[in-house]
Amino acid sequence: MRAHSPLVSAVFAIALIVPASAAQGPPARPDDYAPADIAYGGRLYDAQCTTCHGANGDAVGGVNLRSGTFRNAITDQDLARVISNGIQGTGMQGFKFDAAELAGIIAYVRNMNTFDRGSAKLGDAGRGQTIFTGKGGCTRCHRVGAEGSRVAPDLSDIGATRSAGSLLRSLTDPTSQMMPINRPVRAVLRDGTVVNGRRLNEDTYTVQLIDDRERLLSLTKSDLREYTVLTTSPMPAFKSTLNPDELADVVAYLLSLKGR
Amino acid sequence: MTRRSTAAALALLLTAAASYRLQAQAGADRLLNAAREPRNWLIYSGGYFSNRYSGLTQITPANAKDLELKWMYQAAVAGGWQTTPLVVDGIMYLTQRPNDVVALDAKTGRVFWIYRHQLDPTQIVCCGSNNRGLAILGDTLYMGTLDAHLIAIDARSGRPVWNTRVADNKAGYSVTLAPLVVKDRVIVGVGGGEYGIRGFVAAFDARTGREVWRFYTIPGPDEAGFDSWQKCPPDSKGYCDADAWKHGGGSVWVTGSYDPSINLTYWGVGNAGPDWNAEQRPGDNLYTDSVVALDADTGRLKWHYQFTPHDRYDYDSVQVPVLADITWRGAPLKAMVWANRNGNFYVLDRETGKFLVGKPFVKVNWMDTFDERGRPHQTVQPAGQPTWPGNQGGTNWYSPSYSPHTGLFYVSAWENYATIFGGTPVEYQEGRNFGGGQNRPYVPVPGAPSLPGLRRGPVNYWTDAAASGAVLALDAATGEQKWRYPMTDVTDSGILTTASDVLFTGGREGYFHAIDARSGTLLWKTNLGAQIVNGPIAYEVDGRQYVAAISGLSLCVFGLR
Repeated sequence: MRAHSPLVSAVFAIALIVPASAAQGPPARPDDYAPADIAYGGRLYDAQCTTCHGANGDAVGGVNLRSGTFRNAITDQDLARVISNGIQGTGMQGFKFDAAELAGIIAYVRNMNTFDRGSAKLGDAGRGQTIFTGKGGCTRCHRVGAEGSRVAPDLSDIGATRSAGSLLRSLTDPTSQMMPINRPVRAVLRDGTVVNGRRLNEDTYTVQLIDDRERLLSLTKSDLREYTVLTTSPMPAFKSTLNPDELADVVAYLLSLKGR
Repeated sequence: MTRRSTAAALALLLTAAASYRLQAQAGADRLLNAAREPRNWLIYSGGYFSNRYSGLTQITPANAKDLELKWMYQAAVAGGWQTTPLVVDGIMYLTQRPNDVVALDAKTGRVFWIYRHQLDPTQIVCCGSNNRGLAILGDTLYMGTLDAHLIAIDARSGRPVWNTRVADNKAGYSVTLAPLVVKDRVIVGVGGGEYGIRGFVAAFDARTGREVWRFYTIPGPDEAGFDSWQKCPPDSKGYCDADAWKHGGGSVWVTGSYDPSINLTYWGVGNAGPDWNAEQRPGDNLYTDSVVALDADTGRLKWHYQFTPHDRYDYDSVQVPVLADITWRGAPLKAMVWANRNGNFYVLDRETGKFLVGKPFVKVNWMDTFDERGRPHQTVQPAGQPTWPGNQGGTNWYSPSYSPHTGLFYVSAWENYATIFGGTPVEYQEGRNFGGGQNRPYVPVPGAPSLPGLRRGPVNYWTDAAASGAVLALDAATGEQKWRYPMTDVTDSGILTTASDVLFTGGREGYFHAIDARSGTLLWKTNLGAQIVNGPIAYEVDGRQYVAAISGLSLCVFGLR
């Protein structure tokens, strides 16, 4: 046994589990996790966790991550806490993962017993960037750093805030992943002027948006003849225009966008 | 949608576009000609000449009584809110504590986006989490930070574009001023005069964040002026610091000015360090307490004028350099007019730095006369005796205003205000306070409550016996006082004047005033309830003029009924 193993063993040990409090909810089921998250988490696991836990999750004495049960965690929130904060007095240190990374690690740990790595599309971020700026035409609406349009949400740090599964679903079913604040709005002013844009902020009397010419506009609702918040995303679905490998590449690229 | 209906929608959209407020990029040409578009406020002090003067005329002495509050925006973090907003084509951009940037609708105050800079927790600042504002070029905003970074932010999305480290915040450096954009460069100075920094002004490429030039406000061993940091005398009785220049202060924490006709940018330089124990840094201590004129392309020094050589009173000369084209002795003059923290009003030739006028605007006893080159003859007071003006100065960083329409220079002054100064030797340690002071506020009645200086408690318990505030209107060519608007409490507020001769200013008492800029007569006032420390601005949206000021945590915007 390696010197650090006894400490780490305190973390994810197979144990009789004390039931979680009701507020924490039940553990998620394996099919609650998106394959893209599991695959992303697998990569992170390989890079960050195998030194102690081993490729199979059983390198720490008394700990088998593949068992699905853990001494110090029941829910995914528990797992997130343990991974982020570590466990005092043990070899389990806290890790500074962003939200997307955390979602991936948890998804992988929850599924490492059954997950078939061969089935997962592990994309290439470089190829994904080429698709993003080229064939995908993503910069016509999205912006990364100083490049691209501002009409759709800025993606400069999307890889830190959205999970791999969510990003993949965004590509194949954009409406399902659209944040309410980003919903497109259509307004018609009293003089008939039509304003199309993406909502940035709203209150009872006014709405703030960036329009399709990238202008910041604030509209007073009482001045509008029509005001509609659309619930379908104007983004095209890429299910048929990008093949699974290309989708995985784009997801890998998006996950690499961690902001500044 | 049919092809016909698509075409109709497109036509409608194009028609609609014409009725919109034009949102164009704030390019370098617009900054140069900011005075031509008074509806906007594009630069910290309103324009490169830093007059804090608006060409708008809708609000007049006759109708100012009809001003009313149009909207407010509340900040979330307590503390003096010193920022000056920018307004560009109906969008207002401003900073809030500690280093947030907010974009909001200038007509309603509703927020488009907020950018939050995550500060290094080890940042060190002397006087609160202050930030005085932004610069803009094109579609990009620029903000200095308390942890001494300069950040470029996309003005439409609120996303960072680049982030450059300006200096080491662990050594006490910070950037609290609003940057100044000149051509394609972003110019900033550094704070930290109470921590023994070696101050500088630096220019960065607006597109990349790469540093282009740096001018140290304290010359190095091979540079002119280094001999103003004299060697310690062998028979020195007290503590003398052989390396005084290395941590001699000279911070730059208020935005400078620019004259495009001679391509010079002007910056006021802060106090020498340690602030009060001048004996340990013999010499004039250039370029502390000076104004420096720098070539905007290279950062090379063209000229300097030192207001307070060998400063022992913390008389930072960081006031906004106000540039004015005036008539002086019958001839046109490219002048710089300056009410200094040391209590004197100055007129300098801004092409050469020649001293033309020096005249006290408040009680002064730290000096009595100037020689022909403008060097003050200092009169150090005996130990235990008060020095006028006191430590916070006759004025301070608060933005003054110059109205080309009236020819008057307006300044917020602290009158009847003195300090009993005393120095204590202090050894430099990185990141530790380097003040070296043993000062006492002077009060006319021994034991009576005194003016607390920078900050005040929730209860206003002193009177004008300890000190008082005033707006002073001075002839810009002579410094002669034309009128005076007194306040019971002191004032840290900036001043705005407009082309319709209305002066706007606040004060510690929380009143926001409209004053006749020619006569000093009060036109209108309202109690906003908390001290006003920023400089008011004016702008116009959809044909209506607005005036904005900050009281406490509230940005308040006024317009006519």
